[in-house]
Amino acid sequence: MRHIISILIENESGALSRVSGLFSARGYNIESLTVAPTQDPSLSRMTLVTLGSDDIIEQITKQLNKLIDVVKLIDISESSHIERELMLVKVRATNGLREEVKRLTDIFRGNILDVTSSTYVVEVTGEKSKLDAFIQTVGEDNIIEVVRSGATGILRGERGLSL
Amino acid sequence: MELSGGDILVQCLKDEGVEYIFGYPGGAVLHIYDALFKQDAVKHILVRHEQGATHAADGYARATGKPGVVLVTSGPGATNAVTGIATAYMDSIPLVVFSGQVPLPVIGSDAFQEADIVGITRPCVKHNFLVKDLTKLAETVKKAFYIATTGRPGPVLVDIPKSLTDPAIKVPYQYPKSVSIRSYNPSVKGHRWQIRKAVDLLLTARRPVIYSGGGVILGNGAEPFTEFARLLGFPVTNTLMGLGAYPATDQQFIGMLGMHGTYEANMAMHECDVLIAVGARFDDRVTGKISEFCPHAKIIHIDVDPASISKTVKVDVPIVGEVGSVLADMLEMLKSADKRPDAEALADWWRQIERWRSVHCLSYDAGSDKIKPQHVIEQLWEVTRGDAFITSDVGQHQMWAAQFYKFDKPRRWINSGGLGTMGFGMPAAIGVKLAFPEADVACVTGEASIQMCIQELATALQYRTPIKIVNLNNGYMGMVRQWQEFTYESRYSHSYLETLPDFVKLAESYGHVGMRISRPGDVRAALEEAFALRDRTVFLDFLTDPTENVYPMIEAGKAHHDMRLAPGVSTDTELA
Repeated sequence: MRHIISILIENESGALSRVSGLFSARGYNIESLTVAPTQDPSLSRMTLVTLGSDDIIEQITKQLNKLIDVVKLIDISESSHIERELMLVKVRATNGLREEVKRLTDIFRGNILDVTSSTYVVEVTGEKSKLDAFIQTVGEDNIIEVVRSGATGILRGERGLSL
Repeated sequence: MELSGGDILVQCLKDEGVEYIFGYPGGAVLHIYDALFKQDAVKHILVRHEQGATHAADGYARATGKPGVVLVTSGPGATNAVTGIATAYMDSIPLVVFSGQVPLPVIGSDAFQEADIVGITRPCVKHNFLVKDLTKLAETVKKAFYIATTGRPGPVLVDIPKSLTDPAIKVPYQYPKSVSIRSYNPSVKGHRWQIRKAVDLLLTARRPVIYSGGGVILGNGAEPFTEFARLLGFPVTNTLMGLGAYPATDQQFIGMLGMHGTYEANMAMHECDVLIAVGARFDDRVTGKISEFCPHAKIIHIDVDPASISKTVKVDVPIVGEVGSVLADMLEMLKSADKRPDAEALADWWRQIERWRSVHCLSYDAGSDKIKPQHVIEQLWEVTRGDAFITSDVGQHQMWAAQFYKFDKPRRWINSGGLGTMGFGMPAAIGVKLAFPEADVACVTGEASIQMCIQELATALQYRTPIKIVNLNNGYMGMVRQWQEFTYESRYSHSYLETLPDFVKLAESYGHVGMRISRPGDVRAALEEAFALRDRTVFLDFLTDPTENVYPMIEAGKAHHDMRLAPGVSTDTELA
């Protein structure tokens, strides 16, 4: 099963490598990992998407909690949550494609951030499946470059991850 | 008080009550060594290789329960310490290792003797620090000791760039009295509801087993553990790391379990209906085949580390907490319980265990004209009245020491269980002897292991730590040879040591006493003579039977009841 683990971690050098090192040392999967400081600059928030059976996810959360730099964590995929990922796509925009890509971008509620005579850079946000769908719809052949941020997420309602 | 970085570090060690620091100087730590020179409260033990420093500090920590402290220089000094750090990590031993680092401005420039030791040790420490700000040094040292010694203990490395210890730069010094880390709050007390559930389950047991590991030793829980076991009257087995938690000479002790555990312990594991694991981690050398592990049992697991629980074996009643505290709560509930375990069922269970015990799975050919290694350990036990500190290296000799030296007290058996580090034993013995100068300290080793840290014989002379080295010399890497005999049709690929030093002369050249013993009849007298030389380190080179194997053996991937027994030993079912 796919799990999204949100982690509050000390914003110190080496903290990220403690997390990624744990995954490689114990043979766990990382589908994506995003990290940035929070409004409290001493803390970073990490969103880690991983795949594994319940037993493995239990071990992952326990082992993460064991890291001294990890302050708190929560598996947000166990509750009602919002997941978002940002994607920038450089698309071939020549002749008939110019209109077609613009239309698709509107449908996917994306934005065109850069225009040249032969390319667009399109920004799309959403869940993983939405971004996958955009790529599929535009067609692999028309895509020059894709950058994806990896998923971030937050719990709905009052509950959340804070100190 | 304003102090330089070197003086701050030394002052921190004094304030922390550190008695010994094991180390080796080098460029990046010269300022610190200069600070050490100016005082004598913290005694420095100069080893001959940094691996020896970590093992000696580790032995000191295992014997005393206090953290072992190490100081090494940057680059090769630090990388040489890695094996010892990993050894301590696998066995959850509190170590604080200080490494010098190249000056802050040149970090990352591939400077002379630069190594990213924080990166290198990350997977084998409980935590590590690179100190970048001199005003944070004292606080970091305090945190290092706090993390190393609390919760599930472990090694902590503090990397100190040389520029921070510059004698010209001074900052105000104050050693924090206590420290709190928001992201680190190890649990102490077990959950009462879970403990109640465990007690209820124990009281319904008909074929119970108590299985304890290194956690009972590390958590100083031997006393409540023994009281707990005696109150219930259940059979007790220990892991390799747990020996000494319960007196081995007591009738309730059924021996070590696992790969080279006793027949009775492993059979009891296989047949039990309630298993309580105390401070043990279900290591693969203990469990054998996981899918057939304790197939009939409900399992209770007490451990201070939540990640140890249900890692390999799913348990029914997990209890996270320090063993001493949880056992105290359990004892209180057991004493006030109006129920007792079914006495008749327990008597039946003991009768079954006695039948298994009557197999005498540890018997060996006592009439052989070659020295049997088991005999040496039995004699060692008698000569030291079962009261010595025994360190060991890794291999057959380690298993024989674990099987035949009956440890009645905790912290007396000191070996590298998790990592299985050859070369551990002798430096560890030096650390133990420094902590307990009046005690008998012996290192049980083999001719292969001992050569991995042989240089520490010089350290033993320099600091007058008279240890006894019991070398079970069979010419082979014995455990490798045994596996090759059993599973590779006796193709002894590179396990025979064709050239060996003359250990007697070697010991003598290091300033010690060397003895060679080749006849079984001389074993006892040699040991007595060696231990009578109270102020000398003695190297006893026992030429033992090279064909001897460690039995019983559960081969890798097999279940507890699937044991290979010594030739001539038969099981009860075969007798019946």
